[in-house]
Amino acid sequence: MLLNQFLLLGAFLFAAGVYGVVTRRNSVLVLMSVELMLAAVNVNLVAFSAYLHTVAGQTFALFVLTIAAAEVGVGLAMILLIYRNLSSSDLDDVDVLKG
Amino acid sequence: MFFLDHAWLVPLIPAVSFVVILLFGKRFPKGGSEVGIVALFASWVLSCGAFYQWVQRVDDAGNAKGAAGTVKAFASSLKLAATSSGEHAAPVAPIVHSITWFQSGGIKFGAGIQIDGLAVMMMFVVTTISLLVHVYSTEYMRNDRRYTYFFAALSLFTASMLLLVVADNTLQLLVGWELVGLCSFMLIGHWWEEKPNSNAALKAFLTTRTGDIGLIIGVVMTFFIVGRATGTPSFNIVALNTAALSGKVSHLMLLVCACALMAAIVGKSGQFPLHTWLPDAMAGPTPVSALIHAATMVVAGVYLGARVYPVFFEGFSIGNGGVNLMAIIGGTTVIIGAALAFVQDDIKKVLAYSTISQLGYMVMGLGVGAWIAAIFHLFTHAFFKADLFLGAGSVSHSGSHHSFDMKEDMGGLRKFMPQTFATFVIGSLALAGIFPLAGFWSKDEILLTAGKSGYTFFMVVGLAGAFMTAAYMTRCIYLTFYGEYRGGDHVGAHPDEAEHLPVEDGLEAHAPHRPHESPPVITVPLWILSFFAVTAGLLNAEPFHIEKFKEWFEPRVAFPELVHPAFSWGAAGLSVAIAVLGIAVAYEYYWDRRGLRDLSSRNAAARAGKTFLVNKYYLDYLYTDVVVGSIKGPIANASYWVNQHVIDAVLNGVGRGSLGVARFTYDVLDQRGVDGIVNGLAVGTGDAGGAARAVETGRLQWYALLMFSAVTLFSVFLWIAH
Repeated sequence: MLLNQFLLLGAFLFAAGVYGVVTRRNSVLVLMSVELMLAAVNVNLVAFSAYLHTVAGQTFALFVLTIAAAEVGVGLAMILLIYRNLSSSDLDDVDVLKG
Repeated sequence: MFFLDHAWLVPLIPAVSFVVILLFGKRFPKGGSEVGIVALFASWVLSCGAFYQWVQRVDDAGNAKGAAGTVKAFASSLKLAATSSGEHAAPVAPIVHSITWFQSGGIKFGAGIQIDGLAVMMMFVVTTISLLVHVYSTEYMRNDRRYTYFFAALSLFTASMLLLVVADNTLQLLVGWELVGLCSFMLIGHWWEEKPNSNAALKAFLTTRTGDIGLIIGVVMTFFIVGRATGTPSFNIVALNTAALSGKVSHLMLLVCACALMAAIVGKSGQFPLHTWLPDAMAGPTPVSALIHAATMVVAGVYLGARVYPVFFEGFSIGNGGVNLMAIIGGTTVIIGAALAFVQDDIKKVLAYSTISQLGYMVMGLGVGAWIAAIFHLFTHAFFKADLFLGAGSVSHSGSHHSFDMKEDMGGLRKFMPQTFATFVIGSLALAGIFPLAGFWSKDEILLTAGKSGYTFFMVVGLAGAFMTAAYMTRCIYLTFYGEYRGGDHVGAHPDEAEHLPVEDGLEAHAPHRPHESPPVITVPLWILSFFAVTAGLLNAEPFHIEKFKEWFEPRVAFPELVHPAFSWGAAGLSVAIAVLGIAVAYEYYWDRRGLRDLSSRNAAARAGKTFLVNKYYLDYLYTDVVVGSIKGPIANASYWVNQHVIDAVLNGVGRGSLGVARFTYDVLDQRGVDGIVNGLAVGTGDAGGAARAVETGRLQWYALLMFSAVTLFSVFLWIAH
């Protein structure tokens, strides 16, 4: 059974997500990149589930999808508040924690 | 053997009575005195029971000795004889019971009773006289401002004295001894509002404490003496006596121990040179003087000497007729006490000096090996001296308006107080040693034993003392009971004790303004004591073949062999003749006004002698001015100089040194060392913080990058580790 291909796909998606999180300025794009990393995790879970013939991984994947949806809701609400306060969705402008 | 085995009840009952009187005394209808009297009566009954059973025990042992040899015909008798002769060794041994008081370092310290003839005899004497004094005090102390307290203290005193008497170890004896001293202090200072009384109490306490230092040393030494002989140190008295006689303990150790204990005897029993507290102790109420300072407490010293006699016997080598400290102190005290009694105007002080002198006889008796005679004298003296003191109290209570001054407020009282007079004369004759009263037998026995044991000098001292005793007692009787009545007609002429009574005391007794006889509650104890003063001596009347006292009370166990000279009519006649001569000389001097009258106003040497006596050998001056004064004066100054120049120099040096050390500590260690470290830490933390600050950009993606980098690094490490 093919496992490595799926794992490589997951790793690629994850790395792409990380890259997006670290480099994108737009906060909506950062949020999308986070979703990409969650999708990579889901790919891994489903792949191992099929490989080991257990349904636990697929069940987890369903939960992750649900959590991701909730997370996107919370994340978009935060981005909306940031935009209201700062009139910008640029993450570089959010630096009040600067030491 | 109920009474012997349960002799611990004898001190316990008055102790309980003390607590009851102290806490609830004022609620009783008679202010607590009835509690004391009932308790003392119970103790007295127990003591009499113990006395009786001890006598039985000794007699049984004596009979068994005879029976064992002769009666063998009947099986039953044989069995009887066998059992009683089997017990023969035991019966005369003291009965010892003890419990563990406390435990320390693996050694048990006991508290218990050691009942033998001596203890039984003392129990009887103490409880008898204490009971009579309790009864007498109900009248004498009536309306006193601290009536209840007085009876509480009397109970505590009796309990402590009995505790001392029954003690089976020297540590317990020490406890009783100190308690007795405390009670003496409380009772001498009973009327402490007057400065002289509280001074007298302090003087008595501090003077006896001087001797008590010796007692503490001695008691500690007894502990180690027993250890030296048996391997297990203990305070036990029987073990101590056995150890002292065993020969396993060095003579030097016993000598030092005996000297230390002798110091205690000197303090407590009013021996020269620490006798000065005893006359001053007369500041206390008269019943106290009778009970404590004549009959019981002051003989505690003699009792101690008798109790651990083997220590003295071996330590001072009494057996071989050598002159020793005990005999010398006793002999000196006999003479100096008697001489001082001649110049006293206070009837109680005459009796106090007489007590000192008689205690001297007892100590001298112990010192010359006349153990049984000394104890016999203690026994008889307790009765006739209590009689005399209570008689003096009766005189002051009803005859001389609470004064004790024979020259100012007495005289001619025999017409008014016939019963007090009669009992006082009986007591005096007993004290003077007139045949066949109590004092004769005991004093004669001391002198005889002294003479026969090679102590001829002390026998002469004793005879001289007997002459003086007879003479000063005659003087005392003359001044008190003969001549014209010199007291005034008003109450409180000499406000010595009068002011201690409230004014409404003016009961019928004082109304007629005339001396009168005391009520029966006072005279009955006087007659009882007079009865003993006459008969007590017959317990050991050798010419009538009665030697019960010796038979009953001389220890058989752990006791040295002593000389018991046979009675000699010649010696007895001599001592009586000397006493009669003393009375006759004093009689001639006072009644017929013959002899060297007013010698002291005509002859310088006699005057000097009298002044010397009036000033009590200047001993009080020696103690207060020379000893205390020198401590206060030159020694204090010397101490001050040493303080200023030596100690202060040392202190200043230490101070400067400390300052230098402190300066170094501050400058180098504190400022540079400690502060450097602390400041360095702070600066380092600040710098580190500054460096770390650069990392905190506040930018979200920078943090995300750091997090991912860290996760990646950890993953790599985990991978390498695998």
